[in-house]
Amino acid sequence: MKDRDLFPNRSGIAERHAVLIEGDRMARTKTLLVLAVILFLAVVAVLRLEFSFAGLANGSAQLMTFLGLMVPPDPGGKAMIFLKALGETVAIAFLGTLLAATLAFPLGFLAARGVLRGWLLRALTRRFSDSLRGVDTLIWALIWINVVGLGPFAGVLAIMTSDIGAFTKLFSEAIEAADPRPAEGVASTGGTKLHEVRFGLLPQVLPVFLSQVLYYFESNTRSATIIGIVGAGGIGLHLAEMIRTFEWDRVSFIILIVLAAVAVIDFASTRVRLAMIGDKASQK
Amino acid sequence: MSAALTRLPAHQIAPLLDGYGREIARRRRASAMGLVVFALCVLAAGWVAEVEPRKFVENLPKFTSYIGRLFVLDDGRLVLADPLEWYWGLGKWLAKLGDTLLIAYLGTLIGGIGAFLSCFGASANLATGPLMRFLTRRALEFCRTVPELVFALLFVVAFGLGPVPGVLAIAIHTYGALGKLFFEVVENIDMKPVEGAIASGASRWQAIRYAAVPQVLSNFASYALLRFEINVRGAAVMGFVGAGGIGQDLIEAVRKFYYSDVSAILCLVIATVMLIDLGTERLRHRLIAAERKA
Repeated sequence: MKDRDLFPNRSGIAERHAVLIEGDRMARTKTLLVLAVILFLAVVAVLRLEFSFAGLANGSAQLMTFLGLMVPPDPGGKAMIFLKALGETVAIAFLGTLLAATLAFPLGFLAARGVLRGWLLRALTRRFSDSLRGVDTLIWALIWINVVGLGPFAGVLAIMTSDIGAFTKLFSEAIEAADPRPAEGVASTGGTKLHEVRFGLLPQVLPVFLSQVLYYFESNTRSATIIGIVGAGGIGLHLAEMIRTFEWDRVSFIILIVLAAVAVIDFASTRVRLAMIGDKASQK
Repeated sequence: MSAALTRLPAHQIAPLLDGYGREIARRRRASAMGLVVFALCVLAAGWVAEVEPRKFVENLPKFTSYIGRLFVLDDGRLVLADPLEWYWGLGKWLAKLGDTLLIAYLGTLIGGIGAFLSCFGASANLATGPLMRFLTRRALEFCRTVPELVFALLFVVAFGLGPVPGVLAIAIHTYGALGKLFFEVVENIDMKPVEGAIASGASRWQAIRYAAVPQVLSNFASYALLRFEINVRGAAVMGFVGAGGIGQDLIEAVRKFYYSDVSAILCLVIATVMLIDLGTERLRHRLIAAERKA
């Protein structure tokens, strides 16, 4: 059978349907404009921040030397000190997250729509938690060090303060997103408001709380590592010291054990989450 | 008509109630065990982290007085009584804030471009093979898990003080974080346009460019804006280790007890973060709305 040419007018197709292929003029101009702005800002940044390719090349060569010295990681006899410090870091993260969750639990109710009558308390709670959230954990660490002195206690307080804001926002959003019908069911069988919350709202909302808290625990382990750099306890101080004295094999050892700790916590928190949510799922 | 509930005879109810009681008791025991373990963890952590509730209570007034002291000028007046004196360094602080924003922007841009190029190799549907997927995902994970400030410390030693190490540190962390978000988006696309492109003879990159990218671009942009917002916060503290931006002024003010400067800079930082939050939220809503229309 002779091959049929399926597109007898092939040569004109692109021109006739140019709009479909390239988009109309409006869309094209908008795309070009966006790209131009992005490029312009990038050029401004590169110039103002004094990015120079010579500097980058030099620094990269140095970096390669350091990376070479990092292998193999070697604690050099300080393994016990580092491991203890790592334990301190994990403890700081654990307590900070716990305290923040406990304090944010009631605040989350205050900040959620539909729990309280009137808007003033809710607005105040929201602004308060936003300002706590806007200040970075590291800045809180500096402030708390000035108040309670150097050491891990300042670290716990720093993580607690910055996370109260985050948890209040997350908890209030979870409460607002909950289905009101179970609470209505409880009310219809004669329950008080407390019963409504305990049996209608909490079973929906607690799994969400729990998974947020566990996620933040893992993230806080990393934050706790960093606030150690400014003196709030934990392994951060050792890390900064080893970097400043160029002991690269210790640096890589410390980074490895921190990564290992984060991985273990991630694994454990997944198991805990599944165990608790599995429990709740089986209650249905 | 009245509905009657039939009750089982007593000898049939008893084992049912027993079974129920046993189940509840078992579950209560498990919860109690969990609580005990948890309480032990809390106590152990408290001991390790040198937590003393008494010290906290003693120092709480110190905290409030410190915060209060932040809002008092050196000569004893409240900061709001003389805003010009409070913001004596407004010019240089605004310049440093601008630098901070540029650091966050450049870091997000570089990291985002890298993530865009790598995300297809990390996705289950568009990677060339399991080895590439594994390697790319591990690389993304590493860049994401090591804290930004650790990269910044390393880079300050390698590249010297200044904003360059800050930009690079943010870029690498953003590469990991955005890479993960991007490849999860890519795994959820409709594969039919990709199959169509490949069927009409496109190479892998052409198929990606014409079939996959249009589906994911607005999602990518939305995540990139979110990341920029987070990176502004990160860039503000990069200065703590000498990597440029307003963090340097802030840590200097805290350490040298220039109380009113601390509050001035903190308020500037908080205001900037809030403005960026608002701006990026509105941009993201428009992107999501445009995506829904398409």
